[in-house]
Amino acid sequence: MNFVKAIVAAGLVAASTSAYAADITGAGSTFIYPVLSKWADSYKKDSGSGVNYQSIGSGAGIKQVQAKTVTFGATDMPLKVEQLEKDGLAQWPMIMGAIVPVVNIEGVKAGDLVLDGPTLGEIYLGKITKWDDPAIKKLNPNAKLPSAAISVVHRADGSGTTFNFTNYLSKVSPDWKSKVGEGTAVEWPAGVGAKGNEGVSANVGQTQNSIGYVEYAYAKQNKLTYTGLVNKAGKAIQPTNDAFQAAASNADWSHAPGYYLILTDQPGDKSWPIVASTFILMHKDATDKAASQEALKFFKFSFEKGDKMAEELDYIPMPDAVVKQIEKTWSSEIKS
Amino acid sequence: MAVETDVNDMLEAAGPYDRAKALSAFRLGDATFYWITRLSAISVLLILGGIIISLIVGAWPAMKQYGFAFLWTQRWAPEADPPVLGALGPMYGTLVTSFIAMLIAIPVGLGIAIFLTELCPQWLRRPIGIAVELLAGIPSIIYGMWGFFVLGPFLAYTFQPIMIRIFDGVPVLGAIFAGPPSYLSLFNAALILAIMVLPFITAISVDVFKTVPPVLKEAAYGVGCTTWEVVRNVVIPYTRVGVIGGVMLALGRALGETMAVTFIIGNSFRISSSIFAPGTTISAAIASEFAESDGLHQSSLILLGLLLFVLTFFVLAAARLMLLRLEKKAGK
Repeated sequence: MNFVKAIVAAGLVAASTSAYAADITGAGSTFIYPVLSKWADSYKKDSGSGVNYQSIGSGAGIKQVQAKTVTFGATDMPLKVEQLEKDGLAQWPMIMGAIVPVVNIEGVKAGDLVLDGPTLGEIYLGKITKWDDPAIKKLNPNAKLPSAAISVVHRADGSGTTFNFTNYLSKVSPDWKSKVGEGTAVEWPAGVGAKGNEGVSANVGQTQNSIGYVEYAYAKQNKLTYTGLVNKAGKAIQPTNDAFQAAASNADWSHAPGYYLILTDQPGDKSWPIVASTFILMHKDATDKAASQEALKFFKFSFEKGDKMAEELDYIPMPDAVVKQIEKTWSSEIKS
Repeated sequence: MAVETDVNDMLEAAGPYDRAKALSAFRLGDATFYWITRLSAISVLLILGGIIISLIVGAWPAMKQYGFAFLWTQRWAPEADPPVLGALGPMYGTLVTSFIAMLIAIPVGLGIAIFLTELCPQWLRRPIGIAVELLAGIPSIIYGMWGFFVLGPFLAYTFQPIMIRIFDGVPVLGAIFAGPPSYLSLFNAALILAIMVLPFITAISVDVFKTVPPVLKEAAYGVGCTTWEVVRNVVIPYTRVGVIGGVMLALGRALGETMAVTFIIGNSFRISSSIFAPGTTISAAIASEFAESDGLHQSSLILLGLLLFVLTFFVLAAARLMLLRLEKKAGK
């Protein structure tokens, strides 16, 4: 009998420890992945529970959280309020970051080149096909540009980065808006497609005379040549942390229902024009309430201790006032 | 002597021999064996049928929405409202890359096989044979990476500019070899495919060339044939069926190859007359878009999969038909 008791006890211990060590599961945006994995690392050291995050893309993340296969989803394209209500989801912004155009032209260093929205749109429309086009020369009177064909690189998979990039182009180029429009996967009029931020980085790094768009952290890690952009105020801006912060400071989160806010083409002399946020989605009335409380603990930890890690990777942390508001949203919307 | 008595003793000890029982045991064994093999064979049909049915079910919304127009619509706009999706781009890319790949791989593959079986000195035979086999063993992702980092830039700086310059202004050919040079293009994908399917053609051809009775070849050499004439008039006619089988196997692989092609074809749904322009294939389109797709978009991707299935089926059926005709002709 003692033997049986011992087995039962051992089983109970095993069951309880495995329940205790259960990972928080999430899936979605590749944009947030670099900083989320850093947060998860230090959260594991702090609390002992790990975070299992699959960076499979925003669209797939939305689908997984709708299907309840993961506790939280992450998306760069916010869901509209009606959609949130239909699925019983709560949504809040977790982090902000910038998207930068990257180029690979011999002799052109990071920050040498400046583009504006309409020109970028024309390049992606396939109307400007050479680097020494008058429109580009006019913006860069001093740059030495080759008379080479521009090789345009875009995302081949559906992507939140693409959504924010095309949203920006639609705002600044009427031509782009009427011909292509915005979305996670648009009908590209020119160029080659690559999979993921990683794929675009690799393609631009590899191909001479190419242009692409990536999340800033990818441009920095892969040492790609980013360009400056002309913002809404008509000023040429370099992609720096200050420029990202300036754009983010315009965001009025408190008056956006469901935190539905897109941060492209913000006003301000110093604002970087393509800033994006990653949003977290969780079920308001989750089947596994313990798991969603665990996930909220992780997000609380990330908001409190994660700002420095985020800044190291050139993300823009959410302002404290917004974090307070988000925490209120948690207690009012997510049932424990 | 002693051994014999031992056996007899044992037989007696075993008691009277029951013939009926032994036979029924055999029958049971036979029946079991029959059913096991039969079930194995039927399971193939069930799996195949299951795949077709699930593809059709998944593709149904897209079929209902687009009908046959799906086949000749070139636009691929999953985010338009309503989405406009057509298979012409991927189908064109699949057929063109496979066609160019076979155009390169068949002569080279057969050349290697003929050299190995008819002309090669003994000491060189093994190294070349092993190299060809190793080529077949390289995972497709490696071909993709090599094509992306090495072959793509190499072609873009050397082969492509030369071809573009040579054919500039020539009607038709000028459009096929139109610039600008590109790291990622239909032609690059086709070249990688050719390298990937080469071992299939070579290995099978070598095997069937070896089945040619030496007496036939010796007779041909005896009446004064050159090596070319022996290959042309004895070896190839004798092994035609096997060689075509190898070619069809290679074509089947070229049509469905995914990973390497996704890396280097450029994933663009536009159709361009130039083979140096980026394009896409059915399998590359599915690989790069499926994870992020939903609704009609996903259904259309499944429909693309179904089309690839049908395409491959028709290629194999055409091959069979061709073989039958050849055999009939040879019979007369």
